[in-house]
Amino acid sequence: MNFYKIVTVIIFFFFSQIVNAQDSNSKLINKISKNIRCLVCQGQSIYDSQSDFAISLKLIINKKIEENYTEEQIYDYLINQYGEWILYDPKFNKNTFFLWLLPILVFFGGGWIIFKKTKFFKL
Amino acid sequence: MNKTLPISILIFLVFCFFVFLKGLSNTNNYIPNESLGKKISSFNAKNFFNKQETNSDELFIEKKIYLLNIWASWCVPCRNEHKILMQLSQNDSIKIIGLNYKDNLDNAKKFINDMGNPYSKILRDQDGTISIDLGAYGVPETLVIDNNKIILKKFVGPLNNQSLKEIKSLIR
Repeated sequence: MNFYKIVTVIIFFFFSQIVNAQDSNSKLINKISKNIRCLVCQGQSIYDSQSDFAISLKLIINKKIEENYTEEQIYDYLINQYGEWILYDPKFNKNTFFLWLLPILVFFGGGWIIFKKTKFFKL
Repeated sequence: MNKTLPISILIFLVFCFFVFLKGLSNTNNYIPNESLGKKISSFNAKNFFNKQETNSDELFIEKKIYLLNIWASWCVPCRNEHKILMQLSQNDSIKIIGLNYKDNLDNAKKFINDMGNPYSKILRDQDGTISIDLGAYGVPETLVIDNNKIILKKFVGPLNNQSLKEIKSLIR
């Protein structure tokens, strides 16, 4: 009787691991898909789109995850194929540094103006 | 101090205006020039007329210009460009390879029987992943590739008389 219990537990554990792995894969696919622009659609990510292009891209992402590609490596692969434009969240580089730094500059610039204008700090 | 703030805000706004003006002049459409000059990655695909697999490395051996045409029987613009492909297939310095994209095999065979076969070899891309690996994003799309597997030119959409001229200029 004990033998059957152990076998059942092992089988249950084995299948739960498979389900868990598939679940984490689909979470990663969804995460990446939301950041990939559907190049043949109007303002949609491939996560939202059911176009042939989006479906094929999701298959490719799944394939790359199964080949143990990291999220970064998948982005690099897609940038290599389609350019930086395919990412909704562009990487920090010489073309995008201004986009990333502008909010920080505005924040500190605004802070400086408030600092200079407010009497509270002068006391 | 009183004048510095409005002047700096004005400078900032003028700066923003020119940034956006420059942004407006750039087209919003994706220009597919990323893959130009790059080597295509090798891939395996099933043959169209039999179920054997072919490796892409076996295709680009001869010293010719290769056209890799992605097509499907359900794609109407593919029908429009087919006469141009038939015309190009007469040229000895060009070899046309077809990549049948997400298609029903029977329909695709009927398409070839009805319209003629300009391809020296047809491979199948059943799930569209080979096309993604080639940097394509739909049908029809044509890549001009040399025998070193370098992409020389890319035509998105159906080939027309202008693209025919451009392809012929690459042969010379």
